[in-house]
Amino acid sequence: MTIQVITMALLFAFVFFLVNNVMTNLEAIGKGFSFKFLFDASNYDINQHLIEYSSRSPHWRAAIVGILNTLMVAVAGIILSTIVGFLLGVLRLSSNWLINRVVYVYIEYVRNVPVLLHILLVHGIVVNTLPIPKNALMGFDGALFLTNRGFYTPKPLFEPAMWAVLIAFVIGIGFTWWFKNYAHKVQDATGKIYPVFLISLGAIIGLPIIVYFLAGSPINWEYPVLKGFNFKGGLVLRPEFVALWLALSLYTAAFIAEIVRAGIQAISHGQTEAAFALGIKPGRTMQLVIIPQALRVIIPPLSSQYLNITKNSSLAIAIGYMDIVATIGGISLNQTGREMECMTIVLALYLSFSLMISAFMNWYNKRMRLVER
Amino acid sequence: MSTENSYATGEHPDLPPPATEVGIIGWVRHNLFSSTTNIVITVLTLYLLYIIIPPMLNWLFLDAIFSADSRDDCRAIAAAAGDELGACWAFIGKRFQLFVYGFYPEPERWRVNLSFIMMLAALVPVLFDNVPNRKLGLWYSLLTPFVIGWLLLGGMGLEPVSTDKFGGFMLTLVIGVTGIVGSLPLGIALALGRQSHMPAMRMICVTFIEFIRGVPLITLLFVASTMLNYFLPPGTSFDLLLRVLIMVTLFSAAYIAEVVRGGLQAIPKGQVEAADSMGLKYWQSMRLIILPQALKISIPGIVNTFIGLYKDTTLVIIIGLLDPLGMGRASLADTKWQGLSTEVYVFVAIFFFVSCFSMARYSLFLEKKLHTGH
Repeated sequence: MTIQVITMALLFAFVFFLVNNVMTNLEAIGKGFSFKFLFDASNYDINQHLIEYSSRSPHWRAAIVGILNTLMVAVAGIILSTIVGFLLGVLRLSSNWLINRVVYVYIEYVRNVPVLLHILLVHGIVVNTLPIPKNALMGFDGALFLTNRGFYTPKPLFEPAMWAVLIAFVIGIGFTWWFKNYAHKVQDATGKIYPVFLISLGAIIGLPIIVYFLAGSPINWEYPVLKGFNFKGGLVLRPEFVALWLALSLYTAAFIAEIVRAGIQAISHGQTEAAFALGIKPGRTMQLVIIPQALRVIIPPLSSQYLNITKNSSLAIAIGYMDIVATIGGISLNQTGREMECMTIVLALYLSFSLMISAFMNWYNKRMRLVER
Repeated sequence: MSTENSYATGEHPDLPPPATEVGIIGWVRHNLFSSTTNIVITVLTLYLLYIIIPPMLNWLFLDAIFSADSRDDCRAIAAAAGDELGACWAFIGKRFQLFVYGFYPEPERWRVNLSFIMMLAALVPVLFDNVPNRKLGLWYSLLTPFVIGWLLLGGMGLEPVSTDKFGGFMLTLVIGVTGIVGSLPLGIALALGRQSHMPAMRMICVTFIEFIRGVPLITLLFVASTMLNYFLPPGTSFDLLLRVLIMVTLFSAAYIAEVVRGGLQAIPKGQVEAADSMGLKYWQSMRLIILPQALKISIPGIVNTFIGLYKDTTLVIIIGLLDPLGMGRASLADTKWQGLSTEVYVFVAIFFFVSCFSMARYSLFLEKKLHTGH
């Protein structure tokens, strides 16, 4: 008890000391602690903005652009790294000696080199080896252009009839959910197995496609066109985004691959043998016996990799991708000189991202957990 | 069929296994061409390797230029030899001193070398337990960091060197080693605090750990470089490198704490109870019973955290310290060598790969050695 009281007293004294110092220091240079600057015009441009933004927009808008950019690269990175990571993890366990070794070398190389170096290297390759817009690499007959100023694809322009397609998509998801429960019930009662995956695929993807054509193809495509020194129109992925996305995904994929490998290896071989002894086919064994058990081992470390990819996206600043750290924590900070306020915002944002991702993964983990006594 | 007659039943000598099942052919059949999928994978992989490996070797070694005076020189030599333009390693060679020592004053560089040798010597008794006189060696290892600090910074008879002269691999080692040495004890203390029965202690440790783990290192470095002065009494200012060292240590301590907590939680409760019933005090039971077991099982995680920390030292370039990567980027500003960034990145990548890979290998070795279970 005494120890606790002393610790708390010391802690309070320390915090008071810090706060006191901050007050004196801020007063000495005549700066208060206020967030009013957020409503002043930011006076700088951001090349990639998902919402309306110009240099006359206030700082808080710049911050939101930064948040969206961070989220965009984090979400895209999580998706790509999961796919590549699972693929590599499975290949690493392959009985084929050659692919096994190649994947091993790749994983060891990626894991033992700093992520910042990967980002700079990929950025260098994208910017230095891709051609200027005039000599763009063309793919898919004018639908995709690769240049060192970005990757250009056609941009979809939606007509009102697109709503029907969207509604069809939602109906497809609803149907799938219902059908899955129904199929489960039928299987429990009679042992009959429906091809749930194929039917769901048909409902979620097939139905919207049919509606799309029935509604008379309500999407127009705006194609990128070379005008002057650069492409105009279309959707553009900036080279900074592409470099950051690829580098983060490939880096994290190597870690995920090791997690997946460990997860699958953690399942005792007896499980597979037991499933085979019951006459379950290899595919179904994987799906019903191995993967559900392996996921339990995989999910906790996987969630920390997702956190890592989100936090590592802050390295964007090294190649000039405008994420939170580069907007509100970088240019806004330098322009207004409000270090305390800007850094508080940045730290609070990252903390809330981290807490949200870990809350979600905890929830998912709980759902997948083995129900014990 | 013909042999059937010449032997009595059961006397038939063993035939050698078929040639396709043993030796190289058997191995290839089993490991590369055992099924259709396998054949497809093998062929695709071979093709992939064929695309990647030869151009890479060409660039790295065969077409590379090892001595030249500028990038144009490199180009001219390659053109004269009729080769494609490979790596221009001459640049790395010319700037090698800068990559290693940073701006450390030239006549004082023996101090860096001596420190490096002392560090290697200090590592031996820590890493391997079958060296003679290990106990004495450990005392030496404990003392070395202070001696190295004195050697590098100077003062007390040596020419003082300010920390903004530090750079290159030396800076990486300074940050990495200080972080590793400092974060282990701090991390263990935090883990114990988090498991403690005292609510106030637990709350402080949990808040600290979760805060640090929730934000990226780079923001903490920004805090260190832009804000930390506000938290100090007016008029004091301290060295940027020292601030970075503190931040890196705190950062990695939070991660170590979580790894050690995992180890602590894996120890059965009976161990604590047994220690209590033997009349051991808290610190005694921790030191003699719990921590040795907990640390043993957390070794892989701890080493992984160290590797992470070591790799994260590259982030200091963003707040303006010049580690090898920063050094390389800074020297690329020289017009003679512009545009050789790939060479710099590859060179630095090799350095990090060698150090991190050996750490990972050592961790595997340690795991095997300490594996006393069944």
